[in-house]
Amino acid sequence: MKNICELTAHEICEAYSNKELKVTDVVKAFYEKIKVDDEKIKGYITLCEEEALTQAEEIQSRYDAGEEMGALAGVPIAIKDNMCTRGVKTTCASRMLENFIPPYDATVIKKLKEAGAIILGKVNMDEFAMGGSTENSAFFKTHNPVNLNKVPGGSSGGSAAVVAGNLAPISLGSDTGGSIREPASFCGIVGLKPTYGLVSRYGLVAFASSLDQIGPMTKDVTDAAILLNTISGHDEMDSTSAKLDKKDYTKALVNDVKGLKIGLPKEFFAEGVNVEVKEKVLAAAKKFEELGASIEECSLPATEYCLPAYYIIACAEASSNLGRFDGIRYGYRTEKYENIQDIFKNSRSEGFGEEVKRRIILGTYVLSSGYYDAYYKKAQKVRTIVKQNFDKVFEKYDLLLTPTAPTTAFDIGSKINNPLEMYMSDILTVPVNVSGVPAISIPCGNDSEGMPVGLQLIAKHFDEETLLRAAYTYEQNKEVQ
Amino acid sequence: MEYEVIIGLEVHAELSTKTKIYCGCSTEFGGNPNTHCCPVCTGMPGALPVLNEKVVEYAVRAGLATNCDIARESKQDRKNYYYPDTPRAYQISQYDLPLCEHGHVNINVGESSKTIGITRIHIEDDAGKLVHDGYTGGTLVDLNRAGVPLIEIVSEPDMRSAEEAVAYVEKLKGILEYIGVSDCKMQEGSLRADVNLSIRPVGQEKFGTRTETKNLNSFRSIARCIEFEISRQKEVLEAGGVILQETRRWDDEAGEGYAMRAKEEANDYRYFPEPDLMPIRLSEEYIQNIKDTLPELPESRRARYINEIGLPEYDAGIITSSKHLSDFFEAATVVCGNAKAVSNWIMTDIIRIAKEKGVEYNELPFTAENLAKLIMLIDKGTISSAIAKKVFEEMVETGENPEKIVEAKGLVQISDEGAIKEVVDRIIAANPQSIADYKAGKDRALGFLVGQCMKEMKGKGNPQILNKLILEHLNK
Repeated sequence: MKNICELTAHEICEAYSNKELKVTDVVKAFYEKIKVDDEKIKGYITLCEEEALTQAEEIQSRYDAGEEMGALAGVPIAIKDNMCTRGVKTTCASRMLENFIPPYDATVIKKLKEAGAIILGKVNMDEFAMGGSTENSAFFKTHNPVNLNKVPGGSSGGSAAVVAGNLAPISLGSDTGGSIREPASFCGIVGLKPTYGLVSRYGLVAFASSLDQIGPMTKDVTDAAILLNTISGHDEMDSTSAKLDKKDYTKALVNDVKGLKIGLPKEFFAEGVNVEVKEKVLAAAKKFEELGASIEECSLPATEYCLPAYYIIACAEASSNLGRFDGIRYGYRTEKYENIQDIFKNSRSEGFGEEVKRRIILGTYVLSSGYYDAYYKKAQKVRTIVKQNFDKVFEKYDLLLTPTAPTTAFDIGSKINNPLEMYMSDILTVPVNVSGVPAISIPCGNDSEGMPVGLQLIAKHFDEETLLRAAYTYEQNKEVQ
Repeated sequence: MEYEVIIGLEVHAELSTKTKIYCGCSTEFGGNPNTHCCPVCTGMPGALPVLNEKVVEYAVRAGLATNCDIARESKQDRKNYYYPDTPRAYQISQYDLPLCEHGHVNINVGESSKTIGITRIHIEDDAGKLVHDGYTGGTLVDLNRAGVPLIEIVSEPDMRSAEEAVAYVEKLKGILEYIGVSDCKMQEGSLRADVNLSIRPVGQEKFGTRTETKNLNSFRSIARCIEFEISRQKEVLEAGGVILQETRRWDDEAGEGYAMRAKEEANDYRYFPEPDLMPIRLSEEYIQNIKDTLPELPESRRARYINEIGLPEYDAGIITSSKHLSDFFEAATVVCGNAKAVSNWIMTDIIRIAKEKGVEYNELPFTAENLAKLIMLIDKGTISSAIAKKVFEEMVETGENPEKIVEAKGLVQISDEGAIKEVVDRIIAANPQSIADYKAGKDRALGFLVGQCMKEMKGKGNPQILNKLILEHLNK
């Protein structure tokens, strides 16, 4: 049997049912490994060891009593530090919320607890989920477990690194413009961004409300389906959550893609996409063809406008969403003030990092009177066109296949001083958020440096099943590279 | 120079829903600071708003009652600004697609009536309250009020005097009370008005520069603020100055307004569509349903009182200006069947009592039913009007049933002619001088004799019978 920490969630559950493992031993094994390896990876901001062990004992005794157990009973999980956990610090990797302890659980956290999942701790991210390398954390940089000199991607870099580094079997990330898929690609794991509205955002500290979505980050596609089962579903606390019947996504885990029509949007293979990445992704496309799917080039002509439209909308919403961090009710408050204006200005100037401030300023600008029509309104028009583009290709194809990111993981520090270049890492993931459709990133080999390459599959709204089925089939059939 | 005054009002009314607009917290006034709060209305990170459907219903009711068009599709927008009482740093309001538009109400000022246009009515959330802490010298934030639903009713610049502005607000207050969407307690701030005012020389077409005075919460302060602002603007213009477009505040104690901020300092609110909430879509059926369940409005009640009951226009206007008073009138009339008597009691005594006690008409110390019983006691001749006034004062003090008061205090009127005659005979026998005076043409003597008899009977004698018997005696 594999080392405990290398197991997937479904393997752990099976071992519990077969009484091969005890919940307490599993939880202890992870904390032991975290103590050694997280010195190097630096994925965790906060550990919940005491609560986790208490919970482990309680769940083990329920297993022993032969009780009916939740889908994730006794499975350890790491949570991106922008999801509110009652009584446990939720920092968003920001000085602003360094000591913030939420009085409530996010809906996804509530659901995880009901399913019996055990939260190991809260993991690192780019401050307020703004970034693509986790270098924007106010606390420390997280390292890519595949090569510690590389970034793990971002903004859910901590969530990806702890799963890839075997410091948690599964984790939750959030994806506004690629923040689940890009780090999953960089660290060689599975990352799923569900359709906007499938998973409740209640308790997710908002970056860009119309784009944010929580999703699973896992070692394999099966775990992604299991975790999605737990966190998805309508939530009356989130008006944007879809009113749909609950599905069992594990039923989509079928090893068959015969007859599936897959489109390769040419704009996603254009200049700027690394040659080795392109090679691996096209090899994966070939594999799908071998497995019985049809592959054809297609076009999403509005793709080139997605990135600017995305940065306008995301920054506009962020500038408003982050207004509440004003030093009054919670979070960081400056010591230098003589009046209320000082409290606002200095708390925010001192509490936020550079990238967050850059985006707040950008967002404030595009919403300002006189500029609204030229920027925000225009970006919304682009958004409508992008959605129409996707609707159109999905009339013909069941799935789209693209690289997740233009490159593999880059060296820590190599792009941090060039925000524009950093923004370009999102170019292949952003269109998905802009249109709201679901997408998954799965590993499809490594480049010559040994860094993982990610394959992105995109499906139509609320068609996570086709996404999971194709990803699962590829996973089952790919040659070990 | 003669000037014309142009006034438009923005009236904010708190809706009387049980829970707040975007969460399940209580809207009750008062309560210990920060006890009617949750992650949503305190703006905790990650918390999301969910629209209270009652708020939409109430706003649509207000729109229909003020003759507005109701939008089949509207949306909510964020209005961004930093202030410690605004926990999310944005208010959720409606910018370009309000729920209700293009309405009007009719007002009466003196003999004339006039139509005031309503530009729009939209929904939004109230802010918290800042409390100065005398102990530490700091400022404290109470978020109990944060998230209480408001409607903002924006008028056209159709008013030309303080009188018209007050009549308009009174009219709105009446309508909102009638349809049961707001308790309109001005002293608690649940109804407040912003006054937009400009003046222009009579005959000039172009509007003058306007100022906005915020947050007036009594009819008196609205009227005084307008008078003040009119004379201020006149003075400025006549001294050759220019009116600055500015936001002003009214100091009611000092009786004067002062500038708060100039136009250049105005916030850029950076309105944009609220991404956390879906558009509000209303079906024809939904709107029709609300239309069908709208209660009788003051205007139709007023007409009914004048045409069917025969009340004087003035009285009908006063009684219907308040739903509580009008409800009181109707409840008492149903019991005693004497609408005119009820109206008289309201016009003379009840309005006075409410003013003296500083209470609303639904908080009077006695019930409408008890007033009706009092009127029935008079109508049946059980007590005289004079005694009735005494019983009424007792009702004001104790709220007791008038029948019980009359019984307990032995105030039943004596109408037995035999008993009265006995007293009359005795008094006349004892006052020969008065009889002589009367016969000599001094009518005052009759009053004296009646008074003496009443005194003897402790005021309980039936005055008509008493009069009759004395006259019979004197004219013998």
